[in-house]
Amino acid sequence: MTTFLGYRRKDGTVATRNYVAIIPVDDLSNAAVERVSHVIQATVPLLHPYGRLQFGDDLDLHFRTLTGTGANPNVAAAVVIGIEPNWTKVVVDGIAKTGKLVAGFSIEEHGDIDTIARAAKAAREFVQESSEVQREAIPVREAVFSIKCGESDTTSGLASNPALGVAVDWLIEQGATVMFGETSEITGAEHLIAGRMATPELQEKYLQVHQAYQQFILDTGFDLLGSQPTQGNIAGGLSTIEEKALGNIQKTGTKPINGVLAPAEAPSGHGLYFMDTSSAAAEAVTLWAAAGSVFHFFTTGQGNVVGNPIIPVMKISANPKTVNTMGEHIDVDISGLLSRDLTLKEAGVEIIVMMQRIASGRLAAAEVLGHREFVLTKLYRSA
Amino acid sequence: MAHGFLVHCKEDDVGVAVRDLAADETVEGVFMDTGEGVTLTMISVVPLGHKVALRDMAEGHECREYNEVIGRVTAALRQGEHVHVHNIRSARWSR
Repeated sequence: MTTFLGYRRKDGTVATRNYVAIIPVDDLSNAAVERVSHVIQATVPLLHPYGRLQFGDDLDLHFRTLTGTGANPNVAAAVVIGIEPNWTKVVVDGIAKTGKLVAGFSIEEHGDIDTIARAAKAAREFVQESSEVQREAIPVREAVFSIKCGESDTTSGLASNPALGVAVDWLIEQGATVMFGETSEITGAEHLIAGRMATPELQEKYLQVHQAYQQFILDTGFDLLGSQPTQGNIAGGLSTIEEKALGNIQKTGTKPINGVLAPAEAPSGHGLYFMDTSSAAAEAVTLWAAAGSVFHFFTTGQGNVVGNPIIPVMKISANPKTVNTMGEHIDVDISGLLSRDLTLKEAGVEIIVMMQRIASGRLAAAEVLGHREFVLTKLYRSA
Repeated sequence: MAHGFLVHCKEDDVGVAVRDLAADETVEGVFMDTGEGVTLTMISVVPLGHKVALRDMAEGHECREYNEVIGRVTAALRQGEHVHVHNIRSARWSR
Protein backbone atom coordinates (compact mmCIF):
# COMPACT_ATOMS: atom_id res chain seq x y z
CA MET A 1 0.00 0.00 0.00
CA THR A 2 1.66 3.20 -1.12
CA THR A 3 -0.97 5.73 -0.10
CA PHE A 4 -2.36 7.30 3.06
CA LEU A 5 -5.52 9.33 3.69
CA GLY A 6 -4.40 12.93 3.88
CA TYR A 7 -5.28 16.47 2.94
CA ARG A 8 -4.33 18.08 -0.36
CA ARG A 9 -3.59 21.83 -0.21
CA LYS A 10 -4.05 24.56 -2.82
CA ASP A 11 -0.31 24.86 -3.45
CA GLY A 12 -0.03 21.14 -4.25
CA THR A 13 1.47 20.09 -0.91
CA VAL A 14 -0.02 17.26 1.17
CA ALA A 15 -0.83 17.02 4.87
CA THR A 16 -1.50 14.50 7.64
CA ARG A 17 -3.28 16.93 9.98
CA ASN A 18 -5.63 19.91 9.56
CA TYR A 19 -4.93 22.60 12.16
CA VAL A 20 -5.66 26.29 12.61
CA ALA A 21 -2.50 27.71 14.21
CA ILE A 22 -2.36 30.85 16.33
CA ILE A 23 1.21 32.14 16.06
CA PRO A 24 2.81 34.81 18.26
CA VAL A 25 5.58 36.77 16.50
CA ASP A 26 7.17 37.51 19.87
CA ASP A 27 7.09 36.66 23.58
CA LEU A 28 4.89 39.68 24.36
CA SER A 29 2.08 38.32 22.19
CA ASN A 30 1.81 34.97 23.93
CA ALA A 31 -0.91 36.21 26.30
CA ALA A 32 -3.20 37.31 23.44
CA VAL A 33 -2.52 34.09 21.50
CA GLU A 34 -3.36 31.98 24.52
CA ARG A 35 -6.67 33.87 25.06
CA VAL A 36 -7.69 33.46 21.41
CA SER A 37 -7.09 29.72 21.69
CA HIS A 38 -9.39 29.66 24.72
CA VAL A 39 -12.16 31.60 22.99
CA ILE A 40 -12.03 29.65 19.72
CA GLN A 41 -11.93 25.86 20.05
CA ALA A 42 -9.85 23.58 17.82
CA THR A 43 -7.03 26.09 17.45
CA VAL A 44 -3.37 25.39 18.20
CA PRO A 45 -1.47 28.13 20.09
CA LEU A 46 2.28 28.05 19.35
CA LEU A 47 3.68 29.85 22.39
CA HIS A 48 7.43 30.61 22.53
CA PRO A 49 9.80 32.94 24.43
CA TYR A 50 11.56 34.90 21.62
CA GLY A 51 11.13 37.46 18.83
CA ARG A 52 12.37 40.73 20.32
CA LEU A 53 15.67 42.45 19.49
CA GLN A 54 17.00 39.53 17.49
CA PHE A 55 19.25 40.39 14.55
CA GLY A 56 21.20 38.90 11.63
CA ASP A 57 21.16 35.13 11.07
CA ASP A 58 19.33 34.62 14.35
CA LEU A 59 16.46 36.90 13.28
CA ASP A 60 16.36 35.26 9.84
CA LEU A 61 16.02 31.85 11.50
CA HIS A 62 13.28 33.19 13.79
CA PHE A 63 11.23 34.44 10.82
CA ARG A 64 11.99 31.33 8.76
CA THR A 65 10.81 29.07 11.58
CA LEU A 66 7.57 30.97 12.30
CA THR A 67 6.76 31.46 8.62
CA GLY A 68 7.62 27.85 7.82
CA THR A 69 5.47 26.61 10.67
CA GLY A 70 2.50 28.63 9.45
CA ALA A 71 3.19 27.50 5.88
CA ASN A 72 3.43 23.80 6.88
CA PRO A 73 0.78 21.81 4.98
CA ASN A 74 -0.63 20.48 8.29
CA VAL A 75 -1.69 24.05 9.08
CA ALA A 76 -4.90 24.75 7.13
CA ALA A 77 -5.03 28.39 8.24
CA ALA A 78 -3.04 30.68 10.51
CA VAL A 79 -3.67 33.70 12.73
CA VAL A 80 -0.53 35.72 13.51
CA ILE A 81 -0.28 38.15 16.43
CA GLY A 82 2.68 40.47 17.08
CA ILE A 83 3.36 43.47 19.27
CA GLU A 84 3.92 45.77 16.24
CA PRO A 85 2.77 45.61 12.59
CA ASN A 86 6.04 45.38 10.61
CA TRP A 87 7.49 42.09 11.86
CA THR A 88 3.94 40.69 12.03
CA LYS A 89 3.59 41.46 8.33
CA VAL A 90 6.84 39.61 7.53
CA VAL A 91 5.40 36.39 8.97
CA VAL A 92 1.91 36.90 7.48
CA ASP A 93 3.28 37.61 3.98
CA GLY A 94 5.53 34.53 4.16
CA ILE A 95 2.62 32.28 5.06
CA ALA A 96 0.31 33.92 2.47
CA LYS A 97 2.58 32.69 -0.36
CA THR A 98 1.06 29.21 0.14
CA GLY A 99 -2.40 30.58 -0.74
CA LYS A 100 -3.87 29.48 2.59
CA LEU A 101 -6.07 31.54 4.89
CA VAL A 102 -3.92 33.81 7.07
CA ALA A 103 -4.59 36.99 9.04
CA GLY A 104 -2.25 39.18 11.10
CA PHE A 105 -2.96 41.43 14.07
CA SER A 106 -0.71 43.78 16.01
CA ILE A 107 -1.24 44.86 19.59
CA GLU A 108 0.21 48.41 19.60
CA GLU A 109 -2.49 51.12 19.23
CA HIS A 110 -5.16 48.49 20.05
CA GLY A 111 -4.28 46.75 23.31
CA ASP A 112 -4.69 43.08 24.12
CA ILE A 113 -8.48 43.01 24.51
CA ASP A 114 -9.33 44.49 21.13
CA THR A 115 -6.61 42.39 19.47
CA ILE A 116 -7.97 39.20 21.05
CA ALA A 117 -11.48 40.04 19.81
CA ARG A 118 -10.37 40.76 16.25
CA ALA A 119 -8.08 37.72 16.07
CA ALA A 120 -10.77 35.47 17.56
CA LYS A 121 -13.24 36.52 14.86
CA ALA A 122 -10.74 35.57 12.15
CA ALA A 123 -9.90 32.31 13.91
CA ARG A 124 -13.61 31.42 14.18
CA GLU A 125 -14.02 31.81 10.43
CA PHE A 126 -10.82 29.83 9.67
CA VAL A 127 -11.77 26.92 11.95
CA GLN A 128 -15.22 26.53 10.40
CA GLU A 129 -13.83 26.88 6.89
CA SER A 130 -11.04 24.33 7.37
CA SER A 131 -13.25 21.87 9.26
CA GLU A 132 -14.94 20.95 5.97
CA VAL A 133 -11.74 19.83 4.24
CA GLN A 134 -11.88 16.07 3.56
CA ARG A 135 -9.14 13.43 3.63
CA GLU A 136 -8.37 11.70 0.34
CA ALA A 137 -5.97 8.98 -0.83
CA ILE A 138 -2.50 10.46 -1.33
CA PRO A 139 0.63 8.64 -2.55
CA VAL A 140 3.38 8.60 0.12
CA ARG A 141 5.78 9.89 -2.55
CA GLU A 142 4.14 13.31 -2.26
CA ALA A 143 4.75 13.62 1.47
CA VAL A 144 7.67 15.16 3.38
CA PHE A 145 8.94 13.21 6.41
CA SER A 146 11.58 13.71 9.09
CA ILE A 147 13.48 11.27 11.31
CA LYS A 148 15.31 11.49 14.63
CA CYS A 149 16.33 9.25 17.50
CA GLY A 150 16.29 10.29 21.15
CA GLU A 151 17.21 8.94 24.58
CA SER A 152 19.09 6.44 22.46
CA ASP A 153 20.82 3.38 23.76
CA THR A 154 22.56 0.46 22.11
CA THR A 155 19.18 -1.05 21.16
CA SER A 156 18.71 2.02 18.91
CA GLY A 157 21.83 1.29 16.87
CA LEU A 158 21.28 -2.46 16.99
CA ALA A 159 17.60 -2.59 16.12
CA SER A 160 15.21 0.40 15.95
CA ASN A 161 17.49 2.63 13.85
CA PRO A 162 18.39 0.00 11.22
CA ALA A 163 14.68 -0.92 11.03
CA LEU A 164 13.81 2.75 10.44
CA GLY A 165 16.61 2.76 7.85
CA VAL A 166 14.74 0.01 5.98
CA ALA A 167 11.57 2.15 6.08
CA VAL A 168 13.46 5.26 4.93
CA ASP A 169 15.01 3.39 2.00
CA TRP A 170 11.50 2.29 1.00
CA LEU A 171 10.15 5.87 1.25
CA ILE A 172 13.00 7.18 -0.90
CA GLU A 173 12.36 4.43 -3.47
CA GLN A 174 8.72 5.58 -3.60
CA GLY A 175 9.94 9.11 -4.37
CA ALA A 176 9.15 10.69 -0.97
CA THR A 177 11.22 13.35 0.80
CA VAL A 178 12.94 12.54 4.11
CA MET A 179 14.99 14.91 6.29
CA PHE A 180 17.50 13.99 9.00
CA GLY A 181 20.02 16.11 10.94
CA GLU A 182 21.60 16.21 14.43
CA THR A 183 24.93 17.81 13.48
CA SER A 184 26.71 17.17 16.80
CA GLU A 185 25.50 13.62 17.04
CA ILE A 186 27.12 12.50 13.80
CA THR A 187 30.60 13.13 15.24
CA GLY A 188 32.49 9.89 14.66
CA ALA A 189 30.35 8.87 11.67
CA GLU A 190 30.62 12.05 9.56
CA HIS A 191 32.91 10.25 7.06
CA LEU A 192 30.09 7.78 6.35
CA ILE A 193 27.48 10.55 5.83
CA ALA A 194 29.93 12.62 3.75
CA GLY A 195 30.56 9.56 1.58
CA ARG A 196 26.85 9.34 0.74
CA MET A 197 26.47 12.95 -0.47
CA ALA A 198 25.22 12.96 -4.09
CA THR A 199 27.90 15.37 -5.38
CA PRO A 200 31.41 16.52 -4.33
CA GLU A 201 29.97 20.02 -3.75
CA LEU A 202 27.42 18.67 -1.27
CA GLN A 203 30.13 16.62 0.42
CA GLU A 204 32.21 19.75 0.92
CA LYS A 205 29.18 21.73 2.11
CA TYR A 206 28.31 19.02 4.65
CA LEU A 207 31.86 18.76 6.00
CA GLN A 208 31.95 22.57 6.34
CA VAL A 209 28.73 22.50 8.41
CA HIS A 210 30.18 19.71 10.54
CA GLN A 211 33.52 21.50 10.99
CA ALA A 212 31.85 24.83 11.79
CA TYR A 213 29.96 23.10 14.56
CA GLN A 214 33.12 21.51 16.01
CA GLN A 215 34.78 24.94 15.91
CA PHE A 216 31.79 26.53 17.65
CA ILE A 217 32.22 24.06 20.52
CA LEU A 218 35.99 24.68 20.71
CA ASP A 219 35.41 28.45 20.75
CA THR A 220 33.17 28.16 23.80
CA GLY A 221 36.14 26.74 25.70
CA PHE A 222 34.07 23.75 26.79
CA ASP A 223 33.57 20.26 25.43
CA LEU A 224 30.49 18.11 25.00
CA LEU A 225 31.69 15.18 27.08
CA GLY A 226 29.12 15.79 29.83
CA SER A 227 26.27 16.26 27.32
CA GLN A 228 27.03 13.84 24.49
CA PRO A 229 26.35 11.03 25.19
CA THR A 230 23.58 12.14 27.58
CA GLN A 231 23.13 10.64 31.03
CA GLY A 232 20.23 8.62 29.60
CA ASN A 233 22.42 7.32 26.76
CA ILE A 234 25.09 6.22 29.24
CA ALA A 235 22.54 4.48 31.47
CA GLY A 236 21.42 2.64 28.33
CA GLY A 237 24.94 1.40 27.58
CA LEU A 238 26.28 3.96 25.08
CA SER A 239 29.85 4.89 26.03
CA THR A 240 31.12 7.47 23.51
CA ILE A 241 29.89 10.00 20.93
CA GLU A 242 31.36 7.82 18.16
CA GLU A 243 29.31 4.83 19.26
CA LYS A 244 26.19 6.99 19.50
CA ALA A 245 26.84 8.49 16.04
CA LEU A 246 27.37 5.11 14.38
CA GLY A 247 24.06 3.93 15.86
CA ASN A 248 22.33 7.20 14.97
CA ILE A 249 23.10 7.08 11.26
CA GLN A 250 21.66 3.57 10.86
CA LYS A 251 18.21 5.20 10.61
CA THR A 252 19.20 7.19 7.50
CA GLY A 253 19.23 4.00 5.42
CA THR A 254 21.56 3.60 2.48
CA LYS A 255 20.42 6.05 -0.20
CA PRO A 256 22.41 9.00 -1.57
CA ILE A 257 21.86 12.35 0.18
CA ASN A 258 20.49 15.03 -2.14
CA GLY A 259 20.97 18.19 -0.12
CA VAL A 260 22.41 19.99 2.90
CA LEU A 261 19.83 22.35 4.43
CA ALA A 262 20.18 25.30 6.79
CA PRO A 263 17.99 25.08 9.92
CA ALA A 264 14.28 25.30 8.93
CA GLU A 265 15.17 25.51 5.20
CA ALA A 266 12.65 23.64 3.03
CA PRO A 267 14.04 20.95 0.69
CA SER A 268 13.85 21.90 -2.99
CA GLY A 269 13.14 18.42 -4.33
CA HIS A 270 12.56 14.78 -3.42
CA GLY A 271 14.91 12.30 -1.76
CA LEU A 272 17.03 12.32 1.38
CA TYR A 273 18.23 15.61 2.94
CA PHE A 274 20.56 16.50 5.81
CA MET A 275 19.59 19.57 7.89
CA ASP A 276 21.97 21.37 10.25
CA THR A 277 20.07 20.95 13.55
CA SER A 278 20.64 20.56 17.24
CA SER A 279 20.32 17.01 18.53
CA ALA A 280 17.82 18.16 21.18
CA ALA A 281 14.54 16.52 20.20
CA ALA A 282 11.99 19.35 20.45
CA GLU A 283 14.29 21.91 18.79
CA ALA A 284 15.09 19.61 15.90
CA VAL A 285 11.49 18.47 15.27
CA THR A 286 10.34 22.12 15.35
CA LEU A 287 12.93 22.96 12.63
CA TRP A 288 11.85 20.06 10.39
CA ALA A 289 8.18 20.97 10.82
CA ALA A 290 9.07 24.53 9.79
CA ALA A 291 10.77 23.07 6.69
CA GLY A 292 7.57 21.27 5.71
CA SER A 293 7.74 17.85 7.36
CA VAL A 294 4.20 16.55 7.90
CA PHE A 295 5.16 13.37 9.78
CA HIS A 296 8.02 12.51 12.13
CA PHE A 297 9.52 9.07 12.84
CA PHE A 298 11.19 8.96 16.26
CA THR A 299 13.17 5.96 17.49
CA THR A 300 13.97 5.70 21.18
CA GLY A 301 15.87 3.35 23.44
CA GLN A 302 15.46 4.66 26.99
CA GLY A 303 12.15 6.41 26.23
CA ASN A 304 12.06 9.99 24.89
CA VAL A 305 8.50 11.40 25.15
CA VAL A 306 8.71 14.37 22.71
CA GLY A 307 5.81 15.53 20.54
CA ASN A 308 5.05 18.51 18.30
CA PRO A 309 1.97 20.76 18.03
CA ILE A 310 1.53 20.51 14.25
CA ILE A 311 3.03 17.18 13.15
CA PRO A 312 2.51 13.66 14.56
CA VAL A 313 5.66 12.23 16.18
CA MET A 314 5.53 8.43 15.99
CA LYS A 315 7.64 6.56 18.58
CA ILE A 316 9.45 3.36 17.72
CA SER A 317 11.35 1.30 20.29
CA ALA A 318 13.23 -2.00 20.30
CA ASN A 319 14.13 -1.89 24.00
CA PRO A 320 11.96 -4.51 25.76
CA LYS A 321 12.32 -2.73 29.14
CA THR A 322 11.18 0.63 27.73
CA VAL A 323 8.30 -0.94 25.83
CA ASN A 324 7.27 -2.53 29.12
CA THR A 325 7.71 0.43 31.50
CA MET A 326 6.75 3.29 29.11
CA GLY A 327 4.35 1.48 26.79
CA GLU A 328 1.91 4.39 26.60
CA HIS A 329 4.54 6.43 24.70
CA ILE A 330 5.44 3.78 22.12
CA ASP A 331 3.53 3.46 18.82
CA VAL A 332 5.62 0.68 17.29
CA ASP A 333 7.14 -2.08 19.45
CA ILE A 334 9.89 -3.87 17.53
CA SER A 335 11.66 -5.42 20.54
CA GLY A 336 11.29 -8.73 18.70
CA LEU A 337 14.43 -7.68 16.81
CA LEU A 338 16.60 -8.33 19.89
CA SER A 339 15.21 -11.83 20.35
CA ARG A 340 15.55 -12.34 16.58
CA ASP A 341 11.83 -13.18 16.37
CA LEU A 342 11.52 -10.29 13.92
CA THR A 343 13.72 -9.51 10.89
CA LEU A 344 14.78 -5.95 10.01
CA LYS A 345 12.62 -6.12 6.91
CA GLU A 346 9.55 -7.16 8.91
CA ALA A 347 10.23 -4.39 11.44
CA GLY A 348 10.54 -1.88 8.55
CA VAL A 349 7.13 -2.98 7.28
CA GLU A 350 5.61 -2.53 10.78
CA ILE A 351 6.99 1.02 10.86
CA ILE A 352 5.54 1.87 7.42
CA VAL A 353 2.13 0.35 8.25
CA MET A 354 1.82 2.34 11.50
CA MET A 355 3.01 5.49 9.69
CA GLN A 356 0.17 5.05 7.19
CA ARG A 357 -2.37 4.61 10.01
CA ILE A 358 -1.17 7.66 11.94
CA ALA A 359 -0.74 9.78 8.80
CA SER A 360 -4.34 8.85 7.94
CA GLY A 361 -5.71 10.12 11.24
CA ARG A 362 -4.96 7.66 14.05
CA LEU A 363 -3.58 9.76 16.91
CA ALA A 364 0.05 9.05 17.82
CA ALA A 365 0.87 8.31 21.47
CA ALA A 366 2.54 11.72 21.84
CA GLU A 367 -0.61 13.46 20.55
CA VAL A 368 -2.89 11.57 22.93
CA LEU A 369 -0.55 12.34 25.85
CA GLY A 370 -0.57 16.05 24.99
CA HIS A 371 3.08 16.45 23.96
CA ARG A 372 3.14 19.65 21.89
CA GLU A 373 6.72 20.87 22.33
CA PHE A 374 7.34 23.91 20.14
CA VAL A 375 10.94 25.02 20.71
CA LEU A 376 12.66 27.68 18.63
CA THR A 377 16.39 27.41 17.93
CA LYS A 378 18.25 30.55 19.01
CA LEU A 379 21.69 31.06 17.48
CA TYR A 380 22.99 33.73 19.89
CA ARG A 381 21.80 36.29 22.45
CA SER A 382 19.60 39.21 21.45
CA ALA A 383 20.70 42.82 21.16
CA MET B 1 15.77 -16.79 23.05
CA ALA B 2 18.98 -18.82 22.96
CA HIS B 3 21.38 -15.90 22.55
CA GLY B 4 22.39 -13.38 25.22
CA PHE B 5 24.20 -10.85 23.07
CA LEU B 6 24.43 -9.63 19.45
CA VAL B 7 27.51 -8.42 17.54
CA HIS B 8 27.17 -5.99 14.61
CA CYS B 9 30.17 -7.23 12.58
CA LYS B 10 32.62 -10.12 12.63
CA GLU B 11 35.51 -7.63 13.11
CA ASP B 12 34.02 -6.00 16.25
CA ASP B 13 35.70 -6.03 19.68
CA VAL B 14 32.39 -5.84 21.56
CA GLY B 15 28.96 -7.43 21.64
CA VAL B 16 25.71 -5.90 22.98
CA ALA B 17 23.72 -7.72 25.68
CA VAL B 18 20.07 -8.29 24.72
CA ARG B 19 19.20 -9.38 28.28
CA ASP B 20 20.86 -8.84 31.66
CA LEU B 21 23.94 -11.10 31.72
CA ALA B 22 25.34 -12.54 34.99
CA ALA B 23 29.02 -12.43 35.99
CA ASP B 24 29.81 -16.12 35.71
CA GLU B 25 27.50 -17.41 32.99
CA THR B 26 28.49 -18.95 29.69
CA VAL B 27 26.48 -17.16 27.05
CA GLU B 28 25.78 -17.52 23.34
CA GLY B 29 26.10 -14.61 20.92
CA VAL B 30 25.29 -14.08 17.24
CA PHE B 31 27.22 -12.09 14.61
CA MET B 32 24.51 -10.14 12.79
CA ASP B 33 26.42 -9.80 9.51
CA THR B 34 27.30 -13.49 9.11
CA GLY B 35 24.69 -15.19 11.31
CA GLU B 36 27.48 -17.21 12.98
CA GLY B 37 27.34 -18.08 16.65
CA VAL B 38 29.94 -17.43 19.36
CA THR B 39 30.25 -18.57 22.99
CA LEU B 40 31.65 -16.38 25.76
CA THR B 41 32.24 -16.82 29.51
CA MET B 42 31.22 -13.66 31.34
CA ILE B 43 33.46 -12.21 34.07
CA SER B 44 31.29 -9.21 34.99
CA VAL B 45 27.61 -8.31 35.12
CA VAL B 46 26.47 -6.68 31.85
CA PRO B 47 22.95 -5.17 31.82
CA LEU B 48 20.70 -5.24 28.75
CA GLY B 49 22.03 -2.82 26.13
CA HIS B 50 25.52 -2.66 27.60
CA LYS B 51 28.64 -4.02 25.92
CA VAL B 52 30.79 -7.06 26.64
CA ALA B 53 34.42 -7.48 25.50
CA LEU B 54 34.82 -10.29 22.96
CA ARG B 55 38.60 -10.35 23.47
CA ASP B 56 41.34 -8.99 25.72
CA MET B 57 42.22 -5.37 24.89
CA ALA B 58 45.28 -3.42 26.04
CA GLU B 59 45.14 0.19 27.22
CA GLY B 60 45.22 2.50 24.17
CA HIS B 61 43.57 -0.06 21.87
CA GLU B 62 41.07 1.46 19.43
CA CYS B 63 37.87 -0.38 20.30
CA ARG B 64 35.66 -1.33 17.32
CA GLU B 65 31.88 -1.70 16.93
CA TYR B 66 30.01 -1.48 13.58
CA ASN B 67 33.54 -2.24 12.28
CA GLU B 68 34.36 1.39 13.14
CA VAL B 69 36.33 2.95 16.02
CA ILE B 70 34.02 3.86 18.91
CA GLY B 71 36.75 4.99 21.32
CA ARG B 72 40.05 4.21 23.01
CA VAL B 73 40.57 1.71 25.82
CA THR B 74 41.60 3.56 29.03
CA ALA B 75 41.96 0.53 31.32
CA ALA B 76 42.98 -2.91 30.04
CA LEU B 77 39.99 -5.13 29.30
CA ARG B 78 39.59 -8.88 29.55
CA GLN B 79 37.32 -11.06 27.44
CA GLY B 80 33.88 -11.27 29.04
CA GLU B 81 34.23 -7.93 30.87
CA HIS B 82 31.73 -5.04 30.89
CA VAL B 83 32.88 -2.31 28.43
CA HIS B 84 31.64 1.18 29.27
CA VAL B 85 32.67 4.72 30.29
CA HIS B 86 34.99 3.37 33.03
CA ASN B 87 37.28 1.64 30.51
CA ILE B 88 36.75 3.29 27.10
CA ARG B 89 36.64 6.96 26.13
CA SER B 90 35.90 9.00 23.01
CA ALA B 91 38.91 9.30 20.71
CA ARG B 92 37.34 12.42 19.20
CA TRP B 93 36.49 14.45 22.25
CA SER B 94 39.11 13.76 24.90
CA ARG B 95 40.21 16.05 27.67
